[in-house]
This record gives sequence, structure tokens and C-alpha cells, in this order.
Amino acid sequence: MSWFKRREEEKDRPTSTERPKSFDHLWVKCNSCNEIIYRKVIERNLLVCPKCNYHFQLPARKRIECLVDPGTFIEYDAHLAPADPLSFKDSKRYPQRVKESQETTGQKEAILCGEARIEGEPVMLAVFEFNFMGGSMGSVVGEKITRLIERAIEKRVGVVIFCASGGARMQEGIFSLMQMAKTSAALARLQEARLPYISVLTDPTTGGVSASIGMLGNVIIAEPKAMIGFAGPRVIKDTIKAELPEGFQRAEYLLQHGMVDLIVERKDLRRTLALLLKMLKNES
Amino acid sequence: MVRHYLDFEKPLVELENEIDRLKRFQKGRDHALEEQIRRLEERLDRLRKEIFSNLTGWQITQLARHIDRPKASFYIQELFDQFIELHGDRVYGDDPAIIGGLSLFSGRTLVVIAHQKGADVREMAYRNFGMPHPEGYRKALRLMKLAELFRKPVLTMIDTPGAFPGIGAEERGQAEAIARNLKTMAHLRIPILTLVIGEGGSGGALAIGMGDRILMLEYSIYSVISPEGCAAILWKDGEKGKAIAADSLKLTARDLYGLGVIDEVIEEPLGGAHRDPQGMALRVKEAIERHLKELERMDMDQLLKKRYEKFRSIGTFIEESMGMEADE
Ligand SMILES: [Zn+2]
Repeated sequence: MSWFKRREEEKDRPTSTERPKSFDHLWVKCNSCNEIIYRKVIERNLLVCPKCNYHFQLPARKRIECLVDPGTFIEYDAHLAPADPLSFKDSKRYPQRVKESQETTGQKEAILCGEARIEGEPVMLAVFEFNFMGGSMGSVVGEKITRLIERAIEKRVGVVIFCASGGARMQEGIFSLMQMAKTSAALARLQEARLPYISVLTDPTTGGVSASIGMLGNVIIAEPKAMIGFAGPRVIKDTIKAELPEGFQRAEYLLQHGMVDLIVERKDLRRTLALLLKMLKNES
Repeated sequence: MVRHYLDFEKPLVELENEIDRLKRFQKGRDHALEEQIRRLEERLDRLRKEIFSNLTGWQITQLARHIDRPKASFYIQELFDQFIELHGDRVYGDDPAIIGGLSLFSGRTLVVIAHQKGADVREMAYRNFGMPHPEGYRKALRLMKLAELFRKPVLTMIDTPGAFPGIGAEERGQAEAIARNLKTMAHLRIPILTLVIGEGGSGGALAIGMGDRILMLEYSIYSVISPEGCAAILWKDGEKGKAIAADSLKLTARDLYGLGVIDEVIEEPLGGAHRDPQGMALRVKEAIERHLKELERMDMDQLLKKRYEKFRSIGTFIEESMGMEADE
């Protein structure tokens, strides 16, 4: 699987009448600084812009691949697939949207869960797949996270969740909303068991996901420049009818306002997570 | 007297006005006039039943948001022998969008936490239309802890379009405030009873809504997103879209009871709670009393286990067998 999904924005690349046919595959435009960068350079750099340090969204499988010790990831609950409890239909039926996301991402749902080791430290790991319906949390995402946390309690291992989500999944209505309650309740039990939970907020983490598992980490890490918030910037702008401050809802802004513990660059995540897991481990 | 009415209430209000007019003309005994009034009243009754037995999701949404609909402050006044409001989150400020305090209810102390939308235009502005900032949720959290410390049950009343989307709200951690409340309610060692009295707007509602029992008034709503918000994203066409969205989201009390997400629907007086607020308050009082008695009887560990199971079990998904996966 390629690291990037081809995106619409990539259409506005430099105008050259005789640009090579393979241009789209060779170049990528940075979401943050708009620089056009050679694709291979950025891929070698863990999908981080070498010019401005913007961290592109990483497909969940790739994230796991470059994070955990080789061969240690054992996936859980890969067979859980979404139902359609409300028979929801907008311009497309919900099952159709699900199917399309399954085809583009190769995943059954918007999250991958499993156990792994990071620099030898055992961990229960969940990673959101943003390309699957905006990483939205419906029943399957909530159930998989809850099962992961329950297994963590059973096996007495810490939990790490990489968030990348627009929030709750509209198409499952109230069931999606209640996944916030469900996952938070599981985290309450994890806390009672004195096991650490580290949340890693990546670009973007908003809505019901930030207002549940996202902001509940004992330690909260953010990737540089990640958009993190409850309401989306457009909704806020429409509500207050004013311009938003520079850097608003970016990781650095949240750090300044005391909402995250630390910002860690992608290349340092593995080491930082391993160290935190080791230091927070409950030996008794 | 009806102060405001919705489009679909209009034929009812016209009939009512006509009956009022005729009654004012009535001097002494006038059999013809009496007969006319009686027939109009019958028609009114029939029409009301007809309209209210066929409400769409959008019409119920409008009822849930009706400006004359009894607000939390009304129930606080009607239901409790005493109420002492407690203010502030001890961190930053006091949020008028959430009312909290101690009350006496049938001889026991309850900690009450409720969204307050405001009963008129001026109060609505003061209450920020019931859209809390983080301070509101942190006040709620403080009061929940107070309840736990002194072993008093918590009653929460939900009525909000949602948590406020603003700069200050984000800077002071709207998401964190909501998330922390969810986790805290999950293992708060005291019974929690939640009542949706009007609008249950998404995470901003849930943030005080993880009750051992969740009850909804018949014409209240509870949704992951407002019909307008959903329509803006999925249907573009705002006017028609929000009506489709309101039906699609299955946000009415009856829908949610049918989906097994809430525990009871409290019937409203014909025409809605705003037509007979006192009558509504009596029904609410009966339901609170009944559920509290049941919850208070339960062993605390058992109660917490049940609360966990309650939320743990919400969700629908397909557990595909490995064999089926291989077929794909
Ligand atoms: Zn860049």
C-alpha cells in the first residue's frame, strides 16, 4: 500500500505545460507550508515535511510498522464490522460509505487494535485510521477500544491510543455518542487498576474523540502542529463571527494553554513512549 | 395563555382563540352559543390528538426547543422544598449555563445539576442559551464530588444545544472538561439519575448525563449532532435537509427508548409540557421518586457494576466469523 492517498489538493501543483505524467506520484504538497516536496524525501522522513516539520497523517498500518518492535504486533478484533442500526442514508447508504472506506483503506473499520512491544515494553495499542470516514467513532471503534482496555486490565499492561478523528460518527446516531461514555468508563477502570494510559493526539483530533479518550491520557502527547480541539474551527468562526487567533487549536497552542503534556516529533515517539511506559509501570 | 406557537400548532391556537372570543361574548344563558362552543372544543380536542399523534422528528425537535417549554429552573422551583444554588468551578469562573446546588426532595438531600437555557430572551442571552463553557462542566464535576463525599444522590437535567464552540471555551479545555466528567461519572460512588427535559445536544449533554437511569420527557430529543449540523454536512439543502436529518438521526424519546438507549419515556400532557407545566412537573416528580427509591436500595458496588454494564453494552456491530472473512 502506498503511504499517501492521492488527494484533491494535489491537483494544484505548479503549472507546467510539459510536466511528466508521473508527476502526481512524485510530488506532494505540504498541507502546512504549501511547499512542493519530492515524495520519496517525505516518505523517508516518516511523512514529516522537511521544510516546516508538519506531520502528515500516517495510515494506521504504517504507524504501527514504524513504532513497534518488528513482528510483535498481534491484532485484536479485526473481524468487527459496522452494522447499520438506524438504516441511515444521505446521498449514499451508510453501508455503501463503509464499503468505500474499506476499499480505500484496506481496513474493516476506523481503528486498529492489538498488543505489541515498543523497545521491549509491552503495550496495548490502538491507532485510528483517519482515511476511514474521517476516523469517526461509531460502535465498532468504541467496542474495540473498550475490549483493548479490558484486556490491558486483565494482562496488567499499559495502553497507548493514537487519535486521528473528526469525532463521533453521525451515521450511527446516539450509539456513536454513547461510545464516548463507554470508552471513558473503561478508562476509569484502567485507572482503578493503576495502569497507565498515554494518548497521542495527531492531526486532527476533534469532537467526541478528543472529548473522551483523547483528553483522558495520564500523559497526553501531541504531534507537532496537530489540530486538536472540541469544536471545529469553522463552527467556532461561524458562531462567534470573528477571526481565530494565530495558531489556534494547534498542538503548540494547546501546550501553551496547559492542555497537553508534551509535543513529540514522530521520529522520537518510539523512544518517548517506551520510556514513559517503563517509568509509569506499577511494579507492585 | 399561549405566548408563542409553532407552525404546526397554528390551527390549534386559532381554534383556541375563537373559543375564547365566543366565551367572552357569552352573557347569561345562550344555548346556541354554548352548543357552538362545545362543538369547537370537541374539534380542538380531536385536532390536537390528530396533530400530536403524527409528529415528525423535526416537529418534536421544535417542541423540545419551544421557548415556552418548562426549563430546569421551573422544575427546580416546582419539585423541591428547598434549593440552595452553589456557584463556581473554583478554577476560573461561574457558568450560568449550568445551574447546580443542593435541594430537598421528599425528605432527602439531592445534588442537582442542570443545563439552563433561559425562560425568556434576556435570560437566554445571560445563560448563553444553555451552552456551557468548561467552567460549567467543572462546576458540575465539583458538585458531583461533593455529592459523593456526603453520599447524596445526583439528579441531572439535560437541556442544551451543546457545549459552546468559542475561543475561550477551547483555550480552557472544553474537550478535557467533558472527558473528565464522563470518566468521573463512570465510577462516582452515588446514584445518578438523568432526566432529559428538552434538548440533549451531543457531548455537551452527555457531560452531565451518565446516569444509572436515563429518562426522557416525551417531546425531548437527544442526538449526536443537531439536525441542522447534520444537514449542513450531509444534505447541503438546509431547510429540507434538517427535517430529513431529524428523522434519520432517530433522536426522539420514543426512538431512543426503542433503540434501548434510555430507560423510560415520561409522557407529556397533550400538546406538550408547555401546555400544562404543573401537570408535567407532577409526572416528573413521580418518576424521580420511583427511580431514586430503586437506586437507593442498591448496594453501591452492584450499582457501579450495573452502570458500567449499561454503557458497556451500547453499540451495534457485526462480529464476522473468520470463515466469512476468508470468503471476502
Ligand atoms: Zn511543510
